[in-house]
Amino acid sequence: MTVETLSALDGAAGGAAAPPAGARQIWRRLRVQRAALAGGVVIVLLVLVALAAPLFAAVEGQDTTTYHSGLLNSAAGAVPYGSFGGVSAQHWLGIEPGTGRDLFARLVYGARTSLGVAIGATVLQVLIGSAFGLAAGLGNRFADGLLSRITDVFVTLPALVFAIALLAVVPSGFPRPVLLALVLGLISWGSIAKIVRVQVLAQKSLDYVAASRLAGSSTWRTARRELLPSLVAPVLTYAAILLPSNITSEAGLSFLGIGVNPPTSSWGQMLSTASTWYQADSAYVLLPAALLFATVLAFTVFADGIRVALDPRAASRLRVGTKRRERVAAVPAGAAADTAAVAVPDAASDDEDGTA
Amino acid sequence: MARFAVRRLLQAVLVLLVLAAVLYAVFYLAPGDAARLACGPKCSTATVAQIREQMGLNDPVYVQFWHFLQGILAGHDYSTGAGTLHCAAPCLGQSYRTGDLVSHIIAERLPATASLALGAMVLWLAIGIGTGLLSALRRGTIVERLLTGFTLVGVATPVFITGILLLLLFCSWLQWLPYPTYVPLTDDPQQWAWNLLLPWLALALVEAAKYARLTRSSMLETLAEDHIRTFRAYGVREGAIVRRHALRGALTPVIALSALDLGTMFGGALLTETLFGIPGLGQQLVQSVQLKDLPVVVGIVLVMGLAVVVANAVADVVYAVADRRVVLT
Repeated sequence: MTVETLSALDGAAGGAAAPPAGARQIWRRLRVQRAALAGGVVIVLLVLVALAAPLFAAVEGQDTTTYHSGLLNSAAGAVPYGSFGGVSAQHWLGIEPGTGRDLFARLVYGARTSLGVAIGATVLQVLIGSAFGLAAGLGNRFADGLLSRITDVFVTLPALVFAIALLAVVPSGFPRPVLLALVLGLISWGSIAKIVRVQVLAQKSLDYVAASRLAGSSTWRTARRELLPSLVAPVLTYAAILLPSNITSEAGLSFLGIGVNPPTSSWGQMLSTASTWYQADSAYVLLPAALLFATVLAFTVFADGIRVALDPRAASRLRVGTKRRERVAAVPAGAAADTAAVAVPDAASDDEDGTA
Repeated sequence: MARFAVRRLLQAVLVLLVLAAVLYAVFYLAPGDAARLACGPKCSTATVAQIREQMGLNDPVYVQFWHFLQGILAGHDYSTGAGTLHCAAPCLGQSYRTGDLVSHIIAERLPATASLALGAMVLWLAIGIGTGLLSALRRGTIVERLLTGFTLVGVATPVFITGILLLLLFCSWLQWLPYPTYVPLTDDPQQWAWNLLLPWLALALVEAAKYARLTRSSMLETLAEDHIRTFRAYGVREGAIVRRHALRGALTPVIALSALDLGTMFGGALLTETLFGIPGLGQQLVQSVQLKDLPVVVGIVLVMGLAVVVANAVADVVYAVADRRVVLT
């Protein structure tokens, strides 16, 4: 987490000091990165699957909760009959050992939980982080000091540990997926806040903001009209990085038995059950593991593509049809030197050739 | 330098205090009656009231928090039915479930966590730095492409997936290794290492990917610096440049990060410990959360917080010592 965080702080905050690129230009820069594009396609497919989960389950003719105990070999410890975990025409990916619940249905519904929690958490992180960052960047010295210290505490905390501890005190009646999104969102917003603060501080001293001030705009109006547009690129970049880490966090918590609990399914929850059965039924482990891996990989690659596409310095190395004028304008963009934490060099910055 | 260290230390203490206050607020003021939790569901109302009095839950919140802090710094005496139970200096309270002192529970669990973290760190530094250097020095070759692919896969795989796959491969399919069970180092060093091999590997593979990326970019950055160019101009051989001059600069961030990660490992190895059944702090935390044993949860989270905060401070100092360009504030 740390390297990624720091590198994102660096890349995001530094890159966006240049004029923001238009949507079409961003698309052009994204299009030439084949790996990122492939990641994007996988993400679109996953989202479709998650949205149409009931449809997929209906086509198969199964649901996530029915026990098919008749298909389990009780003599062998309730492992499914047949090969590959009981794959058949009725159960396309087999059934869960112990209960006989349909795996295909649980996987497609699991996509809903996993993506839903991750997206919800990311939105919350962006909102809280931006609010803290803006307030710290625009506030006076005292407010900045106070808010920055609070942010430091949240950056320093081991997020997973704190999430677990928080989950311990909430009554078990609360809907778990919503709770997970809330907890992850409330804990891991620190790095967004740092990025936004640095960006605001860097922009605040620029002439166009001063001009807006002199023209009589209030602080709030300046923030909204002048500063917010310049925040879009770094915040989007970092949100793209946060999303896969939120997917992993949800899976980890559910894996520990503290996140989503059966009968609700998520990929982490399935792995949690599967990890107790892997000796008897290895097919069950491989399915959610492969999906989770593919998803995180797709999001990671896509996030890297977004970062390159939104960062004029990096994008200029892509040799897309960017105008020379823009490349030159983008050079003096090292406004990121302020962040205390950004001493670690950018871990991913030289992977712009699309291989990473 | 000394002033910087002291300031950094004070800052760390402040962060810990805030953490303790937040934890305390969340846990002891959360919905659910602490006395009821401590007593169990079968207790009568009168017993619960008595326990509430004993635990000091009738005092104002700030008094309770003060007692909590006092316990950590100076110890605490608990009155039990038979007599008093003394809880020595870092006193973090008593488990609701077993009545054991939290500090004892933590001390019991620490060796397993330390075994896992330290062993894994040796492995991940070796793999990560090796891979990173190789791919930086063989830039543009097929080797670099392969290694980049490997690190990307490592970054995208959560540790519990790597762990399960390792178990499947080495224990179920190839049957080269027995299913791991933790053996303390003091009992049998050979069995200790043998049983920890897979957990070490699982953690190390995931972490190594991160280190490989960092080492690679850091090395490339250092090699592009002016003083390296000067060495080249003087005709110093490339191997000597790398060994004598570039490595030192390139590995500074790596060392700082490993200090950070070692700190996090004391809390971040939850998944690995749970998957492999290693009786460390992480496993205890997960179990205590499931039992709603709040004093144990608070105690462990505080210890993990302490580890992280100390590690952060150490990493900053490492930076300041190794890299003079870092401004001390």
